[in-house]
Amino acid sequence: MTATFVGMPPFPTAARAALEDTQLRHNLAHATGTIRDKRARVVAEVEDWEDLRTAGAAIKDATLANLEQHLVQLEARLLEQGAVVHWARDAAEANRIVAGIAKSHAVDEVVKVKSMVTQEIGLNEALALEGIAAWETDLAELIVQLGDDLPSHILVPAIHRNRAEIRQIFLERMAAAGRPAPTDLTDDPAELASTARLHLREKFLRARMAVSGANFAVAETGTLVVVESEGNGRMCLTLPEVLVSVVGIEKVVPTFADLDVFLRLLPRSSTGERMNPYTSTWTGVTPGDGPQEVHVVLLDNGRTRALADEVGRQALRCIRCSACLNVCPVYERVGGHAYGSVYPGPIGAILNPLMHGVGEDAQTDSLPYASSLCGACYEVCPVKIDIPSVLVDLRAQVVDAHRGGVPPVTHLAEAVAMKGVAATFGSSRRLGFAERLVRLGTGVAQRLPVATPWTNARDVPKGPPESFRAWWKRTDGGRR
Amino acid sequence: MRVALQVTCINDALFPDTGKAMVTLLRRLGVDVEFPAGQTCCGQPMVNTGYLDEAVPALRSFVDAFGGYDAIVTPSGSCAGSARHQHQIVARRSGDAGLVAAVEKTAPRVFELTEFLVDQLGVTDVGASFPHAVTYHPTCHSLRMLGVGDRPRMLLEQVRGLRLVDLPAAEECCGFGGTFAMKNADTSIAMGSDKARHVRETGAEILVAGDNSCLMHIGGLLSRQRSGVRTMHLAEILASTEAAPPTVAPLSVEPVETRGLAL
Ligand code: SF4
Repeated sequence: MTATFVGMPPFPTAARAALEDTQLRHNLAHATGTIRDKRARVVAEVEDWEDLRTAGAAIKDATLANLEQHLVQLEARLLEQGAVVHWARDAAEANRIVAGIAKSHAVDEVVKVKSMVTQEIGLNEALALEGIAAWETDLAELIVQLGDDLPSHILVPAIHRNRAEIRQIFLERMAAAGRPAPTDLTDDPAELASTARLHLREKFLRARMAVSGANFAVAETGTLVVVESEGNGRMCLTLPEVLVSVVGIEKVVPTFADLDVFLRLLPRSSTGERMNPYTSTWTGVTPGDGPQEVHVVLLDNGRTRALADEVGRQALRCIRCSACLNVCPVYERVGGHAYGSVYPGPIGAILNPLMHGVGEDAQTDSLPYASSLCGACYEVCPVKIDIPSVLVDLRAQVVDAHRGGVPPVTHLAEAVAMKGVAATFGSSRRLGFAERLVRLGTGVAQRLPVATPWTNARDVPKGPPESFRAWWKRTDGGRR
Repeated sequence: MRVALQVTCINDALFPDTGKAMVTLLRRLGVDVEFPAGQTCCGQPMVNTGYLDEAVPALRSFVDAFGGYDAIVTPSGSCAGSARHQHQIVARRSGDAGLVAAVEKTAPRVFELTEFLVDQLGVTDVGASFPHAVTYHPTCHSLRMLGVGDRPRMLLEQVRGLRLVDLPAAEECCGFGGTFAMKNADTSIAMGSDKARHVRETGAEILVAGDNSCLMHIGGLLSRQRSGVRTMHLAEILASTEAAPPTVAPLSVEPVETRGLAL
């Protein structure tokens, strides 16, 4: 994959381009609508769903409050079970560690389990620079990788593609990556899937090293957990000799009993299934069974930064189910690429600024504003992340980051306007003026042949002859 | 019980008929509602754009104006949500202990219209009459921030002559979102266009909601499309009686022919 999110324009610009893509809008509306309904149906079956959400949030909060202790315990158990544990402060460190392991075994290719964290750190690109090919084995990831494309959804990275496009990608690109697609391939989904299956099978059987992430890491036993649907993960986790798992430090859960809560929350929220088809767990090395060399790379890469944020730290509860994406009306219309990150949608709009910090680049600063604050994400989040509140808090951080200095050009007019509004709303006497201004504003908007962001597509209300307060005063509240 | 009307800045300046309807309706139900003239704005436009310091003056005027009342009623789910969920954030940040204490008193006393009618007054039949086909859009902040649930529907169902038509995908955001409508105008309009399409599909004459800001956005689109659907605030429908039907302007928005060609 050579495509990159680096240098993406701010959200409104990227969104404008995406909105013009009718195929994208059609695919997204259909796909998110379907999965949204499915999720709603299976969630409604669980009587104690709300209690389960509360429990999930509470476990994560308690774990994050004592993160160090749980991580140290996880490391100790992993070492006891024969795993090698690495700590990585950032993406570059993590990538160096994984590449180093690959080189120590002289492999020039690895197979990969679908993982958000390795996309976050750009592992495939880093390995490519070292001459190591990293093959995605999840069907949608394979489509994205072969198409030299970017993922646009956490769970369904190729959600923006339809089957005709997928057929084309397979026909044109598979040969260069291994077993070619049959020349008479049609766009029948079963045929597409079996083509991918044959292509991937060769890679599974050949690869000597696999790279995965982990959905959860159980501290009390040192067990890693991968939850998936296709079985490709199971192949990667069991066939090669060497297994390297890159795990964000927020993935730790204290006990197996805690894991139970999340294994109930995740599939229903994510794919809308009662249970996911494959749940793989492994605890270090099992002699004579599966990979005989197991590495775990525990990654920070901005997570401690997010943890220090009093309001925003709840974002670290996220179990990457993508329910918030599927219900988000903004995501549904612009898709994932406009967010400029592997983490799109509502969670991306808070996670990226929290992990990178605000006030430095316009793209990150635009993300907290990429929401109408409708609250649909909060309603479905299985770990109750109050995304709208975090968005509002991050907006304040963006504004505060530009206080004192000269605000960027894009914010200048707004900053001045807000100061004026603040003064106006400080006193009702000044508001008399303000209303006249509003009426002047709407009057001008109606008369000037100038398109503004509002009037491009929307008419403006006609200003009333008198304000409510003027009416109240004149008629004594309608009594005269 | 001393009851104050928080009319909201938008209604004060642009939609005074909603304020008047609130007065008519509440008086008819025996509530002698007052209008504290010191009120300005709840501060939400500033807070939701990230300007928390700039919201402090508005918040001060809010607690000064409404401090002495037992109930503060507002025809906006969004402003009620702001008062209940955001005022304390602004007050704490200001470091003013007096303001924090004042907000502790006002915040829980702010009610959105349907909450006040159903929970505080215990009525669902307000004696209204409105013989038209109406569809209802539950605005996001009423629905999800306040959780007004089916209170608006309960009230509308009791209105004489009113035919309530279900709105498809009703619970989906209209795309207004305050400054979102300007900062992300393209996305906002894309969301609003879908909402407007659903409204037209219902065949209703009137789109009703509990928030004029959302209605200004959807109504602006419906008007531009010459859809023939009018928007009205819920308060105006509930205030309407056979003897005193609402004085409705033809279309609440003024279409401008040439504007789309410029730029
Ligand atoms: S924020 Fe919540 S809903 Fe969104 S992906 Fe994470 S866990 Fe799922």
